[in-house]
Amino acid sequence: MSRSVAGLLALLALLAALPFFVGPYLLSVLTLVLFLAYTGQAWNVMMGFAGQLSLGHSLYVGVGAYAAGALFFHFGIGPWAGVWLAMLLCVALGLAIGFLAFRFRISGVYFALLTIAFAEFTRVGFDHIGWLGGPAGMFLRVAQRDTWDFANFRGPPLMYYYTMLALAVAAFILCAWLLRSRAGYYWQAIREDEEAAQALGINSFRWKMLAVAVSSAMTSVSGVFFAFYYNNLFPEQIFHISRSIEILIGPIVGGVGTLFGPILGAAMVTLLADGLTDALMALGWDIPGFKRVFYGVVLLIVIIFLPRGIWPALARRLGLHA
Amino acid sequence: MLEVRHVSKSFRGLRAVRDASFQVPEGAINGLIGPNGAGKTTIFNVIAGVYAPDSGEILLGGRRIDGLRPDQVCAAGVGRTFQIVKPFAGLSVLDNVIVGALHREGSVSAARGRALAILEKLGLAAKRDWPASSLTLPDRKRLEVARALATRPRLLLLDEVMAGLRPTECDQMVQLFRGINRTDGLTILLIEHVMRAVMALAHHIGVLHHGEVIARGMPEEVVRDPAVLECYLGEETDV
Repeated sequence: MSRSVAGLLALLALLAALPFFVGPYLLSVLTLVLFLAYTGQAWNVMMGFAGQLSLGHSLYVGVGAYAAGALFFHFGIGPWAGVWLAMLLCVALGLAIGFLAFRFRISGVYFALLTIAFAEFTRVGFDHIGWLGGPAGMFLRVAQRDTWDFANFRGPPLMYYYTMLALAVAAFILCAWLLRSRAGYYWQAIREDEEAAQALGINSFRWKMLAVAVSSAMTSVSGVFFAFYYNNLFPEQIFHISRSIEILIGPIVGGVGTLFGPILGAAMVTLLADGLTDALMALGWDIPGFKRVFYGVVLLIVIIFLPRGIWPALARRLGLHA
Repeated sequence: MLEVRHVSKSFRGLRAVRDASFQVPEGAINGLIGPNGAGKTTIFNVIAGVYAPDSGEILLGGRRIDGLRPDQVCAAGVGRTFQIVKPFAGLSVLDNVIVGALHREGSVSAARGRALAILEKLGLAAKRDWPASSLTLPDRKRLEVARALATRPRLLLLDEVMAGLRPTECDQMVQLFRGINRTDGLTILLIEHVMRAVMALAHHIGVLHHGEVIARGMPEEVVRDPAVLECYLGEETDV
């Protein structure tokens, strides 16, 4: 255990120091890695811990982004207030979907389909909300790129990098704590065998609802970050299913249900995808949609050779506890 | 302690349990036997809250528990095992039992303490860090019992925990249940095919056939009852 902690602290020190050694492009890639590690961690609470497969997590990213974005755009209210609205809306949505699914015993593939359906019709719905820009998108004012205006979350790329790093660390600690708490035990029991869990006195409806609430609340923060980092929001992009896939590919490659899997997976997939895209560009091959094909191939390879993900296998090699 | 009154349960026209009534007094070990398809597991599932009965009442310590959800039945004090064992395969043996112990314990550390004590009692302590999926069948059956006991039940429902065990393992289980029954005063209702175990354990036996209770009494009486012999062996005919 202490070896794991030492390894994590070393990794944290490395990540804290990295911005001083890399250029702006690589910094943006690393920010994306941390963004996906954080969001993957959030998705993992639902699927990895409680066994509820969501293929529609773009819903929470999108609603979170639009909630905080709209407050800033229309009323000049900063993200520190906006994040609470984002969280509230996302948790309400998550609980509504969870209620529909769990109350009427929709599970497995059917639950996954329900999550896709909600993300998709929210996407279509947002195309028709003129107040939020509709399909033409919503653009947040970009100013003061050089100074850290933390109150309005406006500043240089470095600020976004460190914010995302702090969020990723916080999510890791939160998940580590959750996994060792009553909720973690109950979620894993439900994941492994819901009927047996109920026979041991676990109200599976209530604990699955909690998993959805925690996961959607965490993901809403990703959305707020997204809005203030990219400064432009289009329903077509933010609610798209490819965003949901991008979120879940990290934890699946890294190891579903593990704490370190989402981080490792996000790093490997993002760095490889961007690295390969750059390499192909350098060779003069600009292949549209390359990333998606790459994700598909990676997913196939992992599912065939390491169905539990890379981290459990790697941890065993390193003699660490997964 | 447990009172089943005129309980019936049908599945799409198949009457799995018909007007079944029986009682399990406090501190007793009672058995429910019967040929395959007699409705034993259905009765268990109705008691445990998996199904609500179509008619009839189930009382635990005088309180109605029919129609409650499985987790509420557990909270009322009923622990159960599954005929087809259901370990939390991805969790360790210890974590499996901690899940059960958390039901009555306020903290994970207290639950761990209780779980360890129960594993000790069931002879699984040495395997506490094994993944549950790596256990042999007899150990999985023990784990089912350990997990159910961890919820601190007043009544334990055992669904064929002896099936698939060797005679010596079966005798160990019998000793274990006798011990728990004597020291903790735990009431036990068991469904069993292994007559060796039922005869050794049960104070009182009910026989179920086509969903109906056709005989009841002391083990020695029941096995000599012509109606019971008939349902197991077929009717006597002159050749």
